[in-house]
Amino acid sequence: MAELRSGRPLLLQGNEAIVEGALAAGCRFFAGYPITPATEISEMMAYRLPAVGGTYIQMEDEIASLGAVIGASLAGAKSMTATSGPGFSLMQENIGFACIAEVPCVIVNVMRGGPSTGLPTKPSQGDVMQARWGTHGDHPIIVLSVSTTRECFDITVKAFNLSEKYRTPVILLSDEVVAHTREKIQLPHPEEIEVIDRIKPNMPPEWYIPYEDNTRGVPPMAVFGDGYRYHVTGLVHDVRGFPTERADEIKAFLTRIHRKIYQNYFDIIMTEEEHVDDAEVIVITYGAVARSAKRAVREARKRGVKAGMIKLITLWPFPRQALEPHLKRVRAVLVPEMNFGQVSREVKRINQGMTRIEKMNRIDGQLITPDEILTRLLKL
Amino acid sequence: MAYRYELRLSGSGGQGLILAGIILAEAAGIYDGKYVCQTQSYGPEARGGASKSEVVISDEEIDYPKAIKPDVLLAMNQKACDTYFFDLKHGGMLIVDSTFVNQLPTTKAIRLPFTSAARKELKKEVVANVVALGALVTLTGVVSLKSLEAALMNRVPPGTEDLNRKALELGIQLAKSHLQGGL
Repeated sequence: MAELRSGRPLLLQGNEAIVEGALAAGCRFFAGYPITPATEISEMMAYRLPAVGGTYIQMEDEIASLGAVIGASLAGAKSMTATSGPGFSLMQENIGFACIAEVPCVIVNVMRGGPSTGLPTKPSQGDVMQARWGTHGDHPIIVLSVSTTRECFDITVKAFNLSEKYRTPVILLSDEVVAHTREKIQLPHPEEIEVIDRIKPNMPPEWYIPYEDNTRGVPPMAVFGDGYRYHVTGLVHDVRGFPTERADEIKAFLTRIHRKIYQNYFDIIMTEEEHVDDAEVIVITYGAVARSAKRAVREARKRGVKAGMIKLITLWPFPRQALEPHLKRVRAVLVPEMNFGQVSREVKRINQGMTRIEKMNRIDGQLITPDEILTRLLKL
Repeated sequence: MAYRYELRLSGSGGQGLILAGIILAEAAGIYDGKYVCQTQSYGPEARGGASKSEVVISDEEIDYPKAIKPDVLLAMNQKACDTYFFDLKHGGMLIVDSTFVNQLPTTKAIRLPFTSAARKELKKEVVANVVALGALVTLTGVVSLKSLEAALMNRVPPGTEDLNRKALELGIQLAKSHLQGGL
């Protein structure tokens, strides 16, 4: 068990809390390339991992970073990398590889202004769609977002758990504000934290069929070097891991990797509601903006407006079932984001004319303020 | 209404304002037991460029982590003073480093020579941030001086404890002589 800094209050940055969360979840391998505003994650991992018998490698770039992470995970280590926009773009190819080879890993993307090298020190939420569709082809993915230092810890643990449980890469979206906000937090004791590990094969190596379907749709994963020889490829493969072009095998494979995520939808979906029960207008929000929204909703309530908010922690799969009952009921919905409208587009897609959806956007590298949200809420 | 106190420390990159914010936040959060958020905003440069650090202190969980209307503004150069003065809460406290700030937007501003005093008394300009911190805490009482010193000693590099303690004391003295109408 990692030497955890639990039990006494600490002043931690979001980025530092991600490191603590990763170590608590059992992460023992990190490969990355430092980039603002994610650098502190690499820095802290370099410092903390060797002390717990883990390995830190600074790679030559982000493509190699995720490559190393995938390799380490196949060899049995819970693995993570952290980056920001430009590095996240470079990682897309290997994210697809991790999806198709079903390699658990956690990819932290601390969002900064883009496109390209963009705004290194300013926040943004411009990578929501890239996190879903950045790598090519139909693929399932889990994307989580964080808005407080405490969540950085808790949701990182969740990210590892989901990744191990479903053998899938999990993308954790943070942003510059959450990453660099220092907050007083008290980390939970190790025994309070649920840690989930991947299922390993319990049959002899000669009976092991590495990609065989089961009720969960998640095959047991052998550790490389444990005597279970199998083939890992980015090509669509049969149950033994070898490339196939047979239509029935292709369909069975792609259906299974989607099924394993979507049949466990309710285990993966996380949202947080505040004052929604009697709300007439709601704010759908995520990331740092959720903190502004929370204050705006409280202020609106003080002025007699029945406002509520739903914070999305899981962004993908999109929490449709959590939102639909509210969309049916409320007068209007406001979706504030630090982009030109990525989650609002998704909310509109599932809305199907049930209520009025208004978007609210800032793309100037500044956090949307509570006052701005309040002004819009009062006019809804 | 819950208690919420906001401070903005501003100047240019390299003046140690982010570290000053961290020390203040630790004094309030860890040693004084309050809820605290510290945020920062800076440019891509290693030195120079605008830099600002904000500390929000509250007796309940903090939603919006940045300053909305600062109760206190510390301006360590003219540009910061010009940019941020109008965000200050009505009746809020403006503290400027008179080494770099010549034009004052209000007659109520508190002018103290943090950098030149650090240079003159301690032969080190680098601790101007700690001098400012000592003065700011003496003037506002936002955290106890004991907590501030404990937080400071916990954060400074080994071997510089003496220098920093002296810097803190210098800041306290500057503020005290201001309060007595001396400066």
